[in-house]
Amino acid sequence: MTALWVAIIGVTIASAAIKATGPLLVGGKELPDKANAVIALLAPALLTALVVTETFGEDGHLVLDARAVGVGVAALALAFRAPVLLAVVLAALTTALLRAFS
Amino acid sequence: MRNGAGEHGDGYVGGARAALPFALATFALGVSFGVLSRSLGWGVVAPIVFSVITFSGSAQFAVAAVLGGGGGALSAIVAAILLNARFLPMGVAVAPFLKGGPLRRALEGQAVVDASWALASRGGGRFDRDFMIGATLPQVVAWIGGTVIGVFASGVVGDVERLGLDVIFPAFFMALLMEELRGGKVTLAAALIAAALSLVLVPLLPPGVPVIAACAAALLGLREWSS
Repeated sequence: MTALWVAIIGVTIASAAIKATGPLLVGGKELPDKANAVIALLAPALLTALVVTETFGEDGHLVLDARAVGVGVAALALAFRAPVLLAVVLAALTTALLRAFS
Repeated sequence: MRNGAGEHGDGYVGGARAALPFALATFALGVSFGVLSRSLGWGVVAPIVFSVITFSGSAQFAVAAVLGGGGGALSAIVAAILLNARFLPMGVAVAPFLKGGPLRRALEGQAVVDASWALASRGGGRFDRDFMIGATLPQVVAWIGGTVIGVFASGVVGDVERLGLDVIFPAFFMALLMEELRGGKVTLAAALIAAALSLVLVPLLPPGVPVIAACAAALLGLREWSS
């Protein structure tokens, strides 16, 4: 059980340090325009990467399964201006149904 | 209107309201983390302490995966660092909008989690500090509460995957992404590059690294800036 506690404490310290680094380095300074131009695109890049890895990634492989269909249904619903909550519920329902019948 | 702002009001309360749907997803994930850690023989105390002091779904699941697969503490810590390294550029991005001296800023930086950070993004590299902190609070409560319930009710709770709950997060991120994509052609180009990078890198690199590498797509902003 010691390995578990070492991991818990190590991960907690590492995670807190990662999150503290940016605020400590940058402080209250305004970032240069150059940096802002990059940061403005960070959100779409990061969100895309999270969608792709959480939809198609599994244990270091790319897989096409019920998750992809669910997220696809959500995207379609959102494109047709459905409320976000409805789109998400449809995604979960689709994925659950596909899994139930496969 | 960008993301949740306006629709839910401003400030801490607005952020908390905007994050409620995410908190539901976080709760489901917390329950599955609790169930998983019981199945690994972690007992009751360790998983709950873990969720309280770390509050990081991706890192905690990584530790469970590594230790559960027979790996050691060091491998588990490295996996968690790789997964959470994305919080470094995200922390740099919000840094100018936090308040107080170094210690307080470092503390406020702990409120950076994916959903809150994206909800608080106001475009052009600006962030709403109050909105972000408000958005993180319900997710903290949901994560810890979910873990506690999962740990104690591990026998009763069914498989979270069977209910399709694991697609809640990618579906929510898709919703935030589609808001972002209204930002124009450069935004779309950055998203497409990020998608291509993640697809190519997922089979090649350990989990977490493709997400950080895909953030390099944001460097496209340098071209815009120089032109």
